[in-house]
Amino acid sequence: MSATSKSIFSRLDGVTLLLYILLVLIGLTAVFSVEYRSTDPSIFMMNKSHMRQFIWLCISVFVGLLIIFTDSKFFSSFAYLSYTIGLFLLLITIFAGVDVKGSHSWLGVGSVRFQPGEVCKIFTSLALSKFLSSPETNFSTLKHRIIGAALALGPAVLIILQKETGLALVYFCFFLVMYREGLPNIILIIGFSMVALTLATLLVDRWILFGVITALTIGGGYLIRRELKRNIVARIIIVGVWLFCILFSQVLVPFAFKHVLQKHQVERIYSTLGQDVPQAYQRETQKGEIKKGNVSDYNVKQSKIAIGSGGFWGKGFLNGTSTKNAFVPEQNTDFIFCAIGEQFGFFGSAILIIIYVSLMLRILFLAERQRSAFSRIYGYCVASILFFHFAINISMTIGLAPVIGITLPFLSYGGSSLLSFSILIFILLRLDSDRQVMIR
Amino acid sequence: MSLAANPRQFVIRLIFISIAVVMLIRLFFLQVVEDKYKVMANDIAILRKVVYPPRGAIMDRKGRPMLYNVKVYDLMVTPRNVTRQLDTNALCQALRIDIPTFEKLLNKTRIKNGPMRKGVFMEELTPEQTARFQENIYLFPGFEMAERFTRTYPNASAALILGYIGEVSPEMLKKEQYASYLQGDYTGMNGLERSYEDVLRGQRGVHFLERDNFNRPREPYRGGALDTPEIAGRSLELYLDAELQEYAEKLMVNKLGSVVAIDPSTGGILAMVSAPSYDPNLLKGRDRARNYSKLYSDATKPLLNRATQASYQPGSTMKPMTALIALDVGAITPSFGYPCAGGYYACGRRIGCTHSGGGHAANLRVALANSCNSYFVHIFRLIADARKFGNVKKGVQAWANYGKSFSFGEKTGVDIPFEGKGLLPDSNTYNKMYNGSWNSCTMLFVGMGQGEVALTPIQLANAMCIIANKGFYYKPHFVKSIGGNTKDPVLKPYLEKHVVTHIPDSTFDIVARGMQDVVERGTGTVARMDGIEICAKTGTVENKAVVNGQAMKMKDHSVFVAFAPRVNPKIAIAVIVENAGYGATWAGPVASLMIEKYLLDSVSAKRKPLEQKLYNANLVNRYIYAIDSAQRLRDQARMERRTRLRLAEDSAGRVQDTIKAKRFLRRYYTNKNRE
Repeated sequence: MSATSKSIFSRLDGVTLLLYILLVLIGLTAVFSVEYRSTDPSIFMMNKSHMRQFIWLCISVFVGLLIIFTDSKFFSSFAYLSYTIGLFLLLITIFAGVDVKGSHSWLGVGSVRFQPGEVCKIFTSLALSKFLSSPETNFSTLKHRIIGAALALGPAVLIILQKETGLALVYFCFFLVMYREGLPNIILIIGFSMVALTLATLLVDRWILFGVITALTIGGGYLIRRELKRNIVARIIIVGVWLFCILFSQVLVPFAFKHVLQKHQVERIYSTLGQDVPQAYQRETQKGEIKKGNVSDYNVKQSKIAIGSGGFWGKGFLNGTSTKNAFVPEQNTDFIFCAIGEQFGFFGSAILIIIYVSLMLRILFLAERQRSAFSRIYGYCVASILFFHFAINISMTIGLAPVIGITLPFLSYGGSSLLSFSILIFILLRLDSDRQVMIR
Repeated sequence: MSLAANPRQFVIRLIFISIAVVMLIRLFFLQVVEDKYKVMANDIAILRKVVYPPRGAIMDRKGRPMLYNVKVYDLMVTPRNVTRQLDTNALCQALRIDIPTFEKLLNKTRIKNGPMRKGVFMEELTPEQTARFQENIYLFPGFEMAERFTRTYPNASAALILGYIGEVSPEMLKKEQYASYLQGDYTGMNGLERSYEDVLRGQRGVHFLERDNFNRPREPYRGGALDTPEIAGRSLELYLDAELQEYAEKLMVNKLGSVVAIDPSTGGILAMVSAPSYDPNLLKGRDRARNYSKLYSDATKPLLNRATQASYQPGSTMKPMTALIALDVGAITPSFGYPCAGGYYACGRRIGCTHSGGGHAANLRVALANSCNSYFVHIFRLIADARKFGNVKKGVQAWANYGKSFSFGEKTGVDIPFEGKGLLPDSNTYNKMYNGSWNSCTMLFVGMGQGEVALTPIQLANAMCIIANKGFYYKPHFVKSIGGNTKDPVLKPYLEKHVVTHIPDSTFDIVARGMQDVVERGTGTVARMDGIEICAKTGTVENKAVVNGQAMKMKDHSVFVAFAPRVNPKIAIAVIVENAGYGATWAGPVASLMIEKYLLDSVSAKRKPLEQKLYNANLVNRYIYAIDSAQRLRDQARMERRTRLRLAEDSAGRVQDTIKAKRFLRRYYTNKNRE
């Protein structure tokens, strides 16, 4: 029996669909619990977030159905065009965007607002898949690697210009995809080393760090002294690495913290590290501005209190005193995980994390079974985006990462987020249903 | 592509899983290992609200309210909700304040409670303000009325009996008995409010409410499962007759002194006046502190309850009790007579007697009626020297024990606080005074109520009860029942009958008839009235005071004790008017009018002039102002001396501390440097 002869619905991957539905329902429940008041006359109140989220769910399912009835080849042929449209939307947003809570990343159409940066993740995924899967692309060449990176980071640059840094960071997740498709290991290692070096710069006194780096270089050089004697390239490399590390830690990071990053970002990073912002990085407060405590510190503290007070079994559904009484700011969007942590405890949180990991691993499994490279790479894109959102969002609520305003997929209240993640999943399901077909 | 061919997919899977594991470990520590977050969550989100039940009311014997709660309105404001639509002019007009005051009050609330929370804008609106505000309430967004209860005294009388409530002070909170109080709680400070605090107060409820991020209370925490309900305070019904009390206070206006009237059959106090009295409504609400200090610094000491705290030599009113003791001891029989010829010379000096006619002390009844001094000092000596006690010391001790059983020299146990003991000498007192060498001649004056004996008015009234009851009494008390229950355990001490003598009723009858004679044809004829047999005894008590540094003989205290009717007595009464003169002149009429008022419900027209005379009399001695201001000067000087001393001690202590600290630091640094 050939695959195409079966009904399209029976060819959809049931496990993924089930996990998707589970997450969406958990999300609805969580959003409901946060805004529920015992005095509410009915649960079907249109001014409440959960009902609006429900409407967005209906829209998402409708769009999902449209996607399922679309030819799977459409997505690959539409990829570059959609990417162009996406970039265009982002560009428009820079100039015509609406200000929402300090960021300039929303487009308003009538009373409906949406974030092009969210939707653009889909287009970027498609474009990157298309580019990497095209036979003309040889990803082992530097030129194509740079093109790939540019494709991934182009939207990020535009989003940074909209002052929505958190969302822009998401686009770095495509490096995971490119790594799967042949980006050398050294890139990953360099990436991690840079992160480690940045952290070290922030935590360790600069002169001690200078000494440590120099000592490490000398030690390393001593170990490979024979190589150094024979090979001039090795000498250049080791000196170059040393020079770069020194420059990076002594000049670049302080410069970035003083002049590139904004005040709240510096604060968030330091508050995650559990330290006060050093004198050198403190900006002068503008005249008339009241000096408040660290705001993001407050968010994380309240979020930790909410989650931590859940205990093993949680306080029970609708009994979350912290979330129900709005102590956690942004608790139905970025901090929705608090609702789960407080009401369902460690037990519920662990189940939620397991569901997420299952979904991501399932997506990787689906990706690896694709015949066409386009579908596979697209699958990796979906998994990476999900992973990045999931990892950063939950980490920030439990104080493992600085506060970055990105949503928890399927759970956070917000139409753009739910719709774009649904589209990502449904396109994957559609491609997977035609996994035997070569898509170019 | 085969699985083996590309290890990188496993690297990616590993990254996914390891991040998830890190999260789970972190969550485990956060949620299961750490406990502090649970405490913090409860701290921020749960509001413990203490709910105060209404305090119990106090009623008189006929169920007329004497002290109850009345609803007052506070004007509350939530500053954030005060919008531009507020008609400030209308509001100011309704409250009769000007706009700067309005701004000031609003700012005060904002600073005190923050802009999001409701706070008191104005306390206790007058009914007029309330009415005008409510008429236009729609014009005042952000403002609302909150009702509250305050204590109120409908009749401006019985201030010292009822007492008042006040905030518990930090010093009180340290004591064990106030362990269940919080700062800001109210408690009874005086009178019945204080002694029946536990009954009146009821039981506080504790409600747990959830609050939100703006500290606004929301719904009950866990549906109120942890709440304890409040229990209303129980009310007190008194023996006190509100009308009689008011009448007595009116009679005692512009006099110093006191009146205590007791129902002998129960020990229930019908009226208790300490003159001058004040309006109890002064000591409630906003002006309490100011009024209190005004009353406190008044030379006439209105805050002193003279009826229970002040003690006076009883004078001739002691004589019936001396007779009772003599009879019970067996020193005399009712027919005992003494040949008094105007004085008592047996102890080598003359003790004067107002009568000199033969036979004015022919027997107990006659002697009582004529108040013969010789007779009573003599029978006192007979008690002290009675053969059955062996010697005079044992005799006086026996006499003192009788006194104690009458609750002389001891607290009667009345149910209002700060009662005084009075004075009752016993053999020890005289041993100390006279170094052990004394006899019955030394202190024979106490037999006629002078000398070392001093009684509080309530002790005097209680003694009348003993005679009226023919040998027993109940502890005088105010409360008849608590919440309708007369057998409440709190009242147990007042239901116990105290039998103090074992004299036959017929003998008591003789004492009573003697006292009746006082009214019929003796010193107390002023108290006589038709249809009621009053038994009474007058007393005129010499007293001295220190004026301008020297002892000065003051005008006599006017004392009068009585009970009526002679058969089946309904009221026993003791009246003292300080520095007023003869017992029959001022105290007698007060007692008599009160007996009439109580027994007949009204005063006959015939006696209206007497009543009027009392209303108009001003017997407050002008000396007391001089005495008081001298006392105050002395107090102030002592206070200043003490303060100066303390200051000197403090600064000396500080110098010493500095030296110590310097020495310590020097040692510390030398040690450190050595290391």
